[in-house]
Amino acid sequence: MNIRIRQGAVALAVLAALATVAGCAGTGASRVTSADYDKDAAAVMAASFREQGIVKTDRLTQDEIMVACSKFGHSLNDDLRERFQASALADVKWPSDGKYIGDWKEGEKIAQSGRGLTWTDKADDANGGNCYNCHRITKKEISYGTIGPSLYQYGKVHGNTETTQKYVWAKIWNPNAYSACTNMPRFGTHGILDEKQIRHIVALLLDPKSPVNAE
Amino acid sequence: MKTNSTYAACVVASAFMFATPVLADATAEGIAKYREALAEGNPAELWEMRGEELWKEARGPKKATLEKCDLGQGPGVVKGAFVTLPRHFADTGRVQDLESRLLTCMETLQGIPADEVAKTPFGKGEQKNIEALVAWISAESRGMKFNLPMAHPEEKRMYEIGKRAFNYRGGTHDFGCVTCHGEDGKRIRLQDLPNLTKGPDAARGFGSWPAYRVSSGELWSMQRRLNDCFRQQRFPYPLYGSDVTIALSSYLGVTANGTVESIAPAIKR
Ligand code: HEC
Ligand code: HEC
Repeated sequence: MNIRIRQGAVALAVLAALATVAGCAGTGASRVTSADYDKDAAAVMAASFREQGIVKTDRLTQDEIMVACSKFGHSLNDDLRERFQASALADVKWPSDGKYIGDWKEGEKIAQSGRGLTWTDKADDANGGNCYNCHRITKKEISYGTIGPSLYQYGKVHGNTETTQKYVWAKIWNPNAYSACTNMPRFGTHGILDEKQIRHIVALLLDPKSPVNAE
Repeated sequence: MKTNSTYAACVVASAFMFATPVLADATAEGIAKYREALAEGNPAELWEMRGEELWKEARGPKKATLEKCDLGQGPGVVKGAFVTLPRHFADTGRVQDLESRLLTCMETLQGIPADEVAKTPFGKGEQKNIEALVAWISAESRGMKFNLPMAHPEEKRMYEIGKRAFNYRGGTHDFGCVTCHGEDGKRIRLQDLPNLTKGPDAARGFGSWPAYRVSSGELWSMQRRLNDCFRQQRFPYPLYGSDVTIALSSYLGVTANGTVESIAPAIKR
């Protein structure tokens, strides 16, 4: 509480000072620039949270791509887009044994699970992929979200080739590799899912026997 | 209290009946129907009644009521206050939302320490009283459009900070509010996501809370709604009444200004 009141007071003092100066120049409050608000926003973010359970305040730390995506969203310029996509692709860790396809039944369980990494989760809980929160995947599961495109029949449409396997692997590891500032999480880069889990999900999308393609 | 829980139980039971259709479209329709059915007897009314009593009850170390509390329309004026908050208050020198303003009034008028109430978990102790108060206070602005003032530089500043907080992506999943609330017509599983960057949706989303939640039988304030969205976002825990929560409400409220009428306290899934 006290911290906030003090901060407010400081900010007010600053504003008052600005207003005085501006008052002399006759330009009103227009002296406060967008960059000033950026700074204020950073200070407010830093002062407004505490840790809880497994979640520490370092979750607020942004890397370069988070900063740019927060600022520009989907209207990122081409230079940044190309740079981010190249570094995301370089960041992908390919399967240690060269195998991309696991067990689609396990993949379905991971795709269904939205668990993990919130302050109500435990450190040793297995993380889910949240995939159904954003994607239609099988025909049977009608409770699916629409933030991402439908992945139903994905393998049937794109083929279960090594090229597709590699693309899906990289897409799950770091989706920015193909679309910088996507809404899809970086499951591999951030350690949300491990190699084994990703292999199972690739199977869910590409294995011809998976209900994604067989039904 | 007994009638309260029996009522809630019936409401929950009927909600389950509506919530199980087989087809996706039918489910959306079912949800709309159950909202309609429940709107006639929203259990939030029980919180509203308690809230009005609490406003007039002498409480706290100073044994005083809240009837002199200034919510921005002058001491004791409740009607129309909800749709103008958050706003700047000269006495505290801060932009405050309804809940942080109530903390100020409880502390200055009744002597109830704001710090302790802010640390109390949702649904417990004084937080329960806040839930009742916000239910009543918001109901007193039902049917009015949002009309947050933006004349004070601090109000403009909090709006600008809120806009930046809304777009702030971070954490393990790279989520920001904008991930889930930045486009029209999206949903997570079967839950519709309002596009909070646009007026009418922002008014419907922001102007529904506080709300009675059928799934838990609780009355959730706006602070609690934001708290749970931050949890889903995999962010750390937002302090109750912290500037990020107030700034976000400023952003949502100003975006909602002049569009759709407030229906808070609404009834939700
Ligand atoms: C929070 C939302 C979200 C989650 C969770 C999510 N995705 Fe996505 N996904 C998207 C969006 C948005 C796109 C489209 C933009 C893009 O390509 O990045 C997408 C694109 C994709 C694509 C590319 C589709 C194409 O036609 O090339 C694949 C494959 C994919 N997602 C798989 C997954 C899998 C598997 C999971 C779970 C492990 C998952 N997604 C979780 C939002 C999400
Ligand atoms: C990972 C997804 C996700 C993120 C990130 C998220 N929300 Fe939400 N939000 C939801 C869902 C899902 C609902 C609907 C919940 C329900 O129906 O119970 C919701 C509901 C809301 C509502 C109420 C809307 C209504 O019509 O009742 C508001 C307001 C809101 N969110 C604001 C925010 C803000 C502000 C942030 C950022 C601090 C945020 N949300 C971040 C998923 C999210």
